[in-house]
Amino acid sequence: MSTLTAQAPTVRRESGWFSAYVRSHALQIGIVGVALLIWLAFVIGAPKAFLSPQIYTAYMSTTPFFALVALPLTLVVIAGEIDLSFGSIMTFGMLAFSLVYNATHSGPLAVVACLAAGTAAGLINGAVVVRFGIPSLVATLGTQFFWRGLVNVVTGGNGTALTPFNGSVLHEGLVGRVLTDFLPAQMVWTVVVGVVMWVLLNRHRFGAHVYLVGDNVESARLMGVNVGRTKIIVFGLVGLASAFAGLVVSLQLLYYWPTLGDGYLLNTLASVFLGGTSVFGGSGTIFGTFVGAFIIGAINAGIVAVGLAGFWTQLIYGLIIVLSVAMQTYISRKLA
Amino acid sequence: MASVSKTFGEVHSLREVNFEIGQNEIVGLLGDNGAGKSTLVKIITGYHQPDPGGTVYWKGQPITDLDVVKARKLGVQAVYQERALADQQSLWRNIFMGRERTTFLGLLDVNRMQHETRQLMTQLMGFTSTAVTPDTSVKHMSGGERQGVAITRALHFEAELLILDEPTMGLSLSETAKVLDFVGDIKKAGKACLFIDHNIFHVHPVADRIVVLDRGRVAGQFLKGELGLEELVLELRHVAETGSLRSGAPSA
Repeated sequence: MSTLTAQAPTVRRESGWFSAYVRSHALQIGIVGVALLIWLAFVIGAPKAFLSPQIYTAYMSTTPFFALVALPLTLVVIAGEIDLSFGSIMTFGMLAFSLVYNATHSGPLAVVACLAAGTAAGLINGAVVVRFGIPSLVATLGTQFFWRGLVNVVTGGNGTALTPFNGSVLHEGLVGRVLTDFLPAQMVWTVVVGVVMWVLLNRHRFGAHVYLVGDNVESARLMGVNVGRTKIIVFGLVGLASAFAGLVVSLQLLYYWPTLGDGYLLNTLASVFLGGTSVFGGSGTIFGTFVGAFIIGAINAGIVAVGLAGFWTQLIYGLIIVLSVAMQTYISRKLA
Repeated sequence: MASVSKTFGEVHSLREVNFEIGQNEIVGLLGDNGAGKSTLVKIITGYHQPDPGGTVYWKGQPITDLDVVKARKLGVQAVYQERALADQQSLWRNIFMGRERTTFLGLLDVNRMQHETRQLMTQLMGFTSTAVTPDTSVKHMSGGERQGVAITRALHFEAELLILDEPTMGLSLSETAKVLDFVGDIKKAGKACLFIDHNIFHVHPVADRIVVLDRGRVAGQFLKGELGLEELVLELRHVAETGSLRSGAPSA
């Protein structure tokens, strides 16, 4: 049988496995470089705080609040979509939790209700995007208001104390300390979610379809990929993770505020984009988002520790994000 | 297929098309831009469903609810005009697009897919450069190489009927010659092929039968032996002007 192509006309760099590895992982290396630089800057700026373990414990307890959502959100962005409603789904899940808990006084049932409500809200996002063909930016902007509005109507703005859960298995398992006083449980959960998402994205047929749908939706359709189902499931995953993150935050505070989830939007999106996931879809990594989330978390902690406060915070914050993305793009272009 | 029509809103892409491809036959499909060639292809591959009243047959049996996955199971493989590749993804992910090899619970068998891709690269695609590996992303490849990937993909999954939609578009002369050789090989292997091209000089030498499509209708068809290349050129010009063959009524 004849071969199909003539000799490759372009001259390519012939290279060993090391430079091949560097080139194919340029984005990840870039983001790690940025993380190290920021960390060094903070260690130099506030050696006392950044050389003591306490700050790392504090940082591992608060970063998971948005990292837990940023990890599955990476899949949505790779699939070429966006979700702005996860903050409202956090509070919607906890509404289900508190309603079921007040009715049954069963913790496990309340947890199931919380996760089911979040998943359902996510699947509805996906269905609206796929069935009605509404751009996800618009659709989830709408559902964001809808879920939060629903929570406000039902709760009348009143919160629920979760003090009965203090010291319970649920509380210890989600926000307690693991093995030592150093490691918060939510950090372990974040790693677990990260590993599951990595396997799903890189080693599962579903993840392969997520990349294809985001890269070239027409090609994916021609090759028999179920585009609609793939998109609905990624939104469902973000819904599930949002409800779980809402549960983690509320148990940490031992109180459910109906305003839960407000203020996570930008941190979460910034984690995904800082992690090198393309706004245009088709490329991105779980590892990048994981590191990106911790860079965002470090900036939050670091600005306070270095002694910058009040009006300076947001200015520095914005500056660091823009510089990080610029640096990361520069590093990965140099390597690629 | 029998009396297949396809309407997109107000646009009648295909009107009552009757059309068949025999076993081990190479059919060339010619027609101007907008004649409905690509729509016809996408109906055979299950991407579009025909309007009610039209039926697609496979080995004499009518097929209902044909979709992409079903068509592939029957053995219809296509190389689309737009190549249907995902540029940012690796070579092996493109080869196995939509039919990934898995172990259990849908987990990918990455090693097997990379291994098969490496074999295909040397046996079919003729890649010799060590800079291209199964992990190379498709966007780094030339037009000819990309076309090679699309054709290899169609062949790797045991095609009974191979559809080539404008396979020579954007290729160099030597690359085109390889594709044409390749269409000849399909015939030798006992498979059927639908070969679509703008260029009659590519279609005429390799096809057993030529079908001319014009504005959504079959304007006519003839066996290659009936008509020389020059006469074919005249016929096509006549079709473009009048919508039918010079010799009279279209034979279905």
